[in-house]
This record gives sequence, structure tokens and C-alpha cells, in this order.
Amino acid sequence: MDVANYLYLSALLFTIGAVGVIVRRNAIVVFMCIELMLNAANLSFVTFSRINGDLNGQVIAFFTMVVAACEVVVGLAIIVMIYRSRRSASVDDASLLSR
Amino acid sequence: MSELAMQVGQSAAPEAVLFWILAPLTLIAALGMLLVKKAVHSAILMAFVMVALAVFYIAQGAPFLGIVQIVVYTGAVMMLFLFILMLVGVDSSDSLTESIRGLRPIAITAAVGFGGLMVSLLGRATLGRGAVGVEAANADGNVEAIAQLLFSTFVWPFEAVSALLITAALGAMVLAHHHRIQERPTQRQLSIDRFRKDSLGAAAGLPAPGVFARHNAVDVPALLPDGSPASASINASLKARGDLQNSSIFELGTVDTSASEEK
Repeated sequence: MDVANYLYLSALLFTIGAVGVIVRRNAIVVFMCIELMLNAANLSFVTFSRINGDLNGQVIAFFTMVVAACEVVVGLAIIVMIYRSRRSASVDDASLLSR
Repeated sequence: MSELAMQVGQSAAPEAVLFWILAPLTLIAALGMLLVKKAVHSAILMAFVMVALAVFYIAQGAPFLGIVQIVVYTGAVMMLFLFILMLVGVDSSDSLTESIRGLRPIAITAAVGFGGLMVSLLGRATLGRGAVGVEAANADGNVEAIAQLLFSTFVWPFEAVSALLITAALGAMVLAHHHRIQERPTQRQLSIDRFRKDSLGAAAGLPAPGVFARHNAVDVPALLPDGSPASASINASLKARGDLQNSSIFELGTVDTSASEEK
């Protein structure tokens, strides 16, 4: 099997995640789609690491995971805070500047 | 059918079989994440995608990353997502109606364009050689090799990431910290408030659901003396979820009340 198949899968997963960020309105689902995009990038890193035969790609993917974990922690805290003040987790309701 | 499966299993490399079974499932799960209505179902599909990606990592000679993926993503991150979902999202409406007109067609067009571009780009790009594979780099064990890199070449990024983790933990604590503006009302105060309200309706507690409507389930509102359903008797989160039954289906006129003798 061609190793590039993993890259195709990664590109498609990234695209699906990007559509989710644009289309979905629930902030938590938007967040999950961002995670999907990060994971798709990770899959590319691991695949490139295999194509090039050294482990730098795997180490970068490891760093991506750590940064993603930080991002989840802070992002979910922000969602909880928005929910507390606006009683809603929809990204459309947090539009104070548009009024 | 099983003969075909045997042929595929013998002729193709096991990795190819794994890929062609798991990759379509992963794509379907990821698409389902976009299409399902409830955020909880999205989270379950997300967990499936994470586990599938962990399998792909392990298949590609990255067992350490695969295990970390399962521990960090399906363990910690998904748990955090579900926790916040239970805290926030269960009674929040996840509407699929578009609020900006034309957003969805534009998004789908852009996605098809972007995805097509990426796939065609990958299809045309060549390296001029095959994949090297990480077997040589993993000769002393994957964990040892990654540790070697992490603590030599990448030691400064590693330190920076540890600082980032501490900062994120502190930031989350500061953000989620809730400062009470007024003093918490005591039970005594709550009781006084109940009796000094305009109506004494709720002074003796709210009506219990169901039990006056020939049906004693919590999802059926009680009936008031004039026959109308008492909305105060239903739990607010049941109401928000839409898990209510109409009490009119238990009315005397519609229910079969004819008695038959049992032998």
C-alpha cells in the first residue's frame, strides 16, 4: 500500500474539521472540530516521519498533542465562562460587538 | 465472500487491509460528527476517530504516540469534553439552522475546493523515492529513540511546553473561578421569600408531576382542577430536552376505561 494514502486521509479529515468549524453553531462541537483538524495534522506528521525515516515528525506530533491539550483546557474554561454569563453555548449568542 | 477475504488477507499487506477497513469508517465517523444533531453523539464519534487515529499511529511505527493519543485524547480530552457538555450543553439547543444566509453552500463549496486541491496536490507530488520507514530509527525501541530526540535536539521546546502547560492550568483555574457577588441565601431566607411572594402557590412546594393524570411518570405534567396541565410540575431540564409527554393522551375521554372481567 502506498504510504501517501495516509496523507489523503489526513487531508480529508482536516477538510471535514474545517467545515465543522464554519457550519456548526454549538461552541463545544466547534471545539471538537478544531481538535479533529489538529489530529489530522498529527497524522500527516507521523506519515512524513515514516516517509523520511527519522523521528522528528513524531516528536513534533507529540508537541502538537501537548499544545492541543492546553488549548482544550483554556478553551473549555472560556466556554464555561461564556455559558455562565449568557446561559448559552451557541457561538451566535456571543456577539456583543455586532449590536 | 470469505474466500475473497482470504485472498485479500493473503495477497495484500496486513497494513493495507487495516487501512482500507478503518479509513472509510474514520471518514464516516468524522462526517457524522458534522451531521448529527446532539453534541453528545458528536463526542462519541470524535472518540472513535481518535482511537482509529491511534491505531494508524501504531501501524506506522509510532507506538508511543499511539498510546499517548489514547491516553490523552480518548482519556483526558474527551472526558473533559463530556464533562463540560454535561455542565453546559445538554439543555442548550444545538440548532442546525443556518444563521448566516448562504453560509452552508459557501462552506461546502470551499471544502470541496480545498479538499480537491489538497488531494490533487498530494497525487501529483512525488519524492522520487519510496518511503524509508522508521524501522531503522526505531531499532533501539521507539520510546528510547523519541526520548533521545526530546532531551537533546528538542530540549528547549520541551521546557517551553512544560511552561505552557503550567500557564494553561493556571489560566483555566483563573477563568473558571467564580466570584459570588451577593451572599448566599440561607434556608431561612429562602423560606421567608417563598411566603412573602405575591402568590402562595409555591409556598408548600411545587406540584408533583404525573400523579394526578392517571399516570405517574415524571414526564407527564400534573393536571390542575380545571383539567389544564400544570407546567410547574415538570423538571426544567426535562422540559429543555423536550422529553415531555402530552397529558391529554391520558384524558378520560381518550383512554379505554371499559372494564372486563378477568378469569
